[in-house]
Amino acid sequence: MSLSLEEVGRIARLARIELSPAQAESTRDQLNGILGFIEQLQAVNTDGIQPMSHAVDVVQRLRPDTVTESDRREDFHQVAPETEAGLYLVPRVIE
Amino acid sequence: MTWEVVIGLETHTQLQTQSKIFSGAATAFGAAPNAQACAVDIALPGVLPVLNREAVVCAIRFGLAVDAQIASRSIFARKNYFYPDLPKGYQISQFEIPVVSGGGITIRVGESEKFVRLTRAHLEEDAGKSLHEDFHGKTGIDLNRAGTPLLEIVSEPDMSSATEAVAYARALHGLVTWIGICDGNMQEGSFRCDANVSVRRPGAPLGTRREIKNLNSFRFLEQAINYEIQWQINEIEEGRAIRQATVLFDPDTGETRAMRSKEDAQDYRYFPDPDLLPLEIKAGWIDEVKAGLPELPAAMQQRFVKDYGLSAYDAVTLTATRDTARYFEDAVTGAGKVNAKLCANWVMGEIAARLNKADLEIAAAPVSAAQLAGVILRIADNTLSNKIARDVFDALWNGEGRDADVVIETKGLKQITDTGAIEKIIDEILAANQKSVEEFRAGKEKAFNALVGQAMKATKGKANPQQVNELLRARLAG
Amino acid sequence: MSVRLENASLKALSTALAAREVSAVELATLFLDRIERLNPSFNAFITLDRDKTLDQAARMDARRAAGETGPLLGIPLAHKDIFCTEGWLTTCGSKMLSNFVSPYDATVVARLKAAGMVTLGKLNMDEFAMGSSNETSHFGPVRNPWDTNRVPGGSSGGSAAAVAARLAPVVTGTDTGGSIRQPASLCGLTGLKPTYGLCSRYGMIAFASSLDQAGPMAKSAEDCAWLLSAMAGFDERDSTSLAHPAEDYARDLDQPLAGLRIGLPREFFGPGMDDDVRVAVEAALAQYRALGATTVNISLPNSGLSVPAYYVIAPAEASSNLSRFDGVRYGHRAAEYADLVDMYSKTRAEGFGAEVKRRILIGTYVLSHGYYDAYYLKAQKIRRLIASDFTEAFKVCDLIASPASPSVAFRFGEKSADPVQMYLSDIYTISTNLAGLPGMSLPCGFGQANLPNPMPVGLQLIGPWFGEAKMLNAAHQYQLATDWHTRAPEGVL
Repeated sequence: MSLSLEEVGRIARLARIELSPAQAESTRDQLNGILGFIEQLQAVNTDGIQPMSHAVDVVQRLRPDTVTESDRREDFHQVAPETEAGLYLVPRVIE
Repeated sequence: MTWEVVIGLETHTQLQTQSKIFSGAATAFGAAPNAQACAVDIALPGVLPVLNREAVVCAIRFGLAVDAQIASRSIFARKNYFYPDLPKGYQISQFEIPVVSGGGITIRVGESEKFVRLTRAHLEEDAGKSLHEDFHGKTGIDLNRAGTPLLEIVSEPDMSSATEAVAYARALHGLVTWIGICDGNMQEGSFRCDANVSVRRPGAPLGTRREIKNLNSFRFLEQAINYEIQWQINEIEEGRAIRQATVLFDPDTGETRAMRSKEDAQDYRYFPDPDLLPLEIKAGWIDEVKAGLPELPAAMQQRFVKDYGLSAYDAVTLTATRDTARYFEDAVTGAGKVNAKLCANWVMGEIAARLNKADLEIAAAPVSAAQLAGVILRIADNTLSNKIARDVFDALWNGEGRDADVVIETKGLKQITDTGAIEKIIDEILAANQKSVEEFRAGKEKAFNALVGQAMKATKGKANPQQVNELLRARLAG
Repeated sequence: MSVRLENASLKALSTALAAREVSAVELATLFLDRIERLNPSFNAFITLDRDKTLDQAARMDARRAAGETGPLLGIPLAHKDIFCTEGWLTTCGSKMLSNFVSPYDATVVARLKAAGMVTLGKLNMDEFAMGSSNETSHFGPVRNPWDTNRVPGGSSGGSAAAVAARLAPVVTGTDTGGSIRQPASLCGLTGLKPTYGLCSRYGMIAFASSLDQAGPMAKSAEDCAWLLSAMAGFDERDSTSLAHPAEDYARDLDQPLAGLRIGLPREFFGPGMDDDVRVAVEAALAQYRALGATTVNISLPNSGLSVPAYYVIAPAEASSNLSRFDGVRYGHRAAEYADLVDMYSKTRAEGFGAEVKRRILIGTYVLSHGYYDAYYLKAQKIRRLIASDFTEAFKVCDLIASPASPSVAFRFGEKSADPVQMYLSDIYTISTNLAGLPGMSLPCGFGQANLPNPMPVGLQLIGPWFGEAKMLNAAHQYQLATDWHTRAPEGVL
């Protein structure tokens, strides 16, 4: 499987990473190199094998429903690019 | 040519937990912006989610209430997309294996019943809020709501009109509040519906659907669906194809419009969240939750019909909320099973009207169920006429007396049922209203009513109206 | 003191502190002075705050004065910059976080603080732990103290160089595909990646959540055991943290190795390994046999698939984990943009380096509609096959041995042009992460002996789940019989 420039553009948009046309070309070549390497997985018969999502076979531990966190907005907003009136500011969102 | 409408609903119900689904931040509504957004909620680098047990209990309660399958092992997945109110760049949700699947609820439209099947219900986290008021042309982001637990309940496309969709939404709203998993506050966004709407010719394959997002009142739900149905029909009739889209309803114009932020075809890249292990729900846990469930509305409706001889309609009305049902049953306990119908009429009539006027919930009604039962007992034993009963009720509502008997006593409102006393009054009335007597005798039934009215007026309404009727007719006939 | 403090074991430092022969402040000052003098040659430390360090050291001295004891009380260490440290810059080697002062401590950091350890500073690393040479750091490459023309390995390259140059007695590292073991091997250190779930991941900036593990890097197995005992432990803030009872990982260090069965996977001793590495590893195995262990030939038939499977799974998880870096709540935000999407796209294009972007794009692709089954699901199935191989293997052996890296440290630029060649440097380490098993690297000799700068070779030991104490025992016994681990690069002592 080999990626076209258009597909690279689509992936980059999904990932919200701007690529210049020149970057898109070199990225395509590098990604195709990696995909070519990954391709060998396709040759393996995995019929009936359960996919493994976690390194250990245990189940989710549950937390009691108690409030443990207090207001740390001031600390958190100190590292924020732009805030006002307790809000994070971003370029206008159009729904 | 006729059209068939196909509607399915996705409902986001905020679960009533103290803390968020994956963090220990509070969920209370109305805090200062971002004051309830902890490190996990704002997705600081390195933070991790841990699942709130109570959210799972809520999901199990719901699954049991709609007779669904509860997965012994379900999986949390990441739904990846960028949006400023989604701090991690993904929402933790459930995709392939939800906690609840199947089941359904019965809805009633007019006299007919319909069973709406549920596809699934899954646990997920809510997003924050975008505030579009002008911050120098920017949008403000409040992440207090981010991480609030949601149960997304997805129905099959089993509804065929806005009326049915609203009936379903109301029934679902009634149920989730009934079992105590959601406060049902629609203004605060605790219960929000997305409606998938499509139209087709009868017998034709399903039409392309458009999804109306975020409807937070039953009225908007109805208006939006009706508008959308008509819009789709017009489009098709004018030769344009419907394109799948996500739309918003504008309550000001009553119209729907496609969302700009959703124009790009989304590719959510779901995959199992590696930070969260499989959720295991053992049979013992389900039994434990089951034991704590209240009697469900459907079962209670059947019991009301069977035990109290109520109509199905009354039974549904009285089980609209758990508080209403509790009030009704408490009144029946006080007034006796034989007076159940009378209790039902009062709860659905006088009480409902007064609460509505005063904008009160039934739990806050100034007249308790026991007090109402006292009034009803005095109606049943003829101490009160219906009219005077209302006066007694009034007095109780205004806090003038501890119970019906006290009010009756202090205000002298006891019904006059002594035949001799009523006859005496009738004779006086007849003597003073010869004209009416003649008219009646000439065949004017209206004149009879006027005479009854005079008699009631003379007794300040305390005379038993039925007795007045009978005795008056006997006198006039005599 | 018979040894110089900068070259002393934790045990020796602990004894000296307990005997009041040295204070925490003196010890911290000694290392800070060394860092000031030597770090410019290696670029191991990227954040230092002398006042903060000395203040913390003074508090540890006060704790001791107040009667507190503890093996690590007052001993300095440094953290890989992937760990959130309250009040310190925490950059993860990225421009994206180059201005991020963490408002909280990672659990591992908090545990070590509680044990009384003093933070010397933050260590350079491959950006977001993505790399095997430390060449992807936004703050410039780390230089290998054994030969500054060569890479220290990665991604915990700053951690490895710091200990090799004796700029810190011990350090923390993280390992997603070999990021502790490969740099330990390339810098002549002992480093251990624990069983997945043993050390909390809370506050450790996620690369690939199902693979990441924190672990100790030190001069010796004994030091690793000491540090691990303080690092590991259940954390209620990490759902994948294992409810495993606390252990003293030093408890079995002195056990004899008689009867120990060491499995040698056929697949890890085939072609692809440099001769000098082979010679050193074979010699180490002979040493083990001399210590009473037996070696058995085993097979991990699917291990050859571990690198490609890893390069599907790790980028997939990373593409999602790194979505939070969007310029909204912290970190870099582009200076100019037209609208919201443009702000995101420019922020991320500017904030991430080339390798990180590559992995995000690959990860985005393998999870995208229509490719999920062919790539991601397939890789997860193969992951199970790889893990099952280990389960079978541990039926006939107690530990598995192999080289940690197919070659000694390579030169800058040697592999950075070809991502796949770089990925193959982790060929022996990656399967351990996929299976969630503990693995470690310990020095076992030098390669390129004919060159002016002989470079260290590392032996990898892999254990079954919770096999850390056994592995550390095996490594310690080897280190009692050999002196590879005591060697230091020329000029640092």
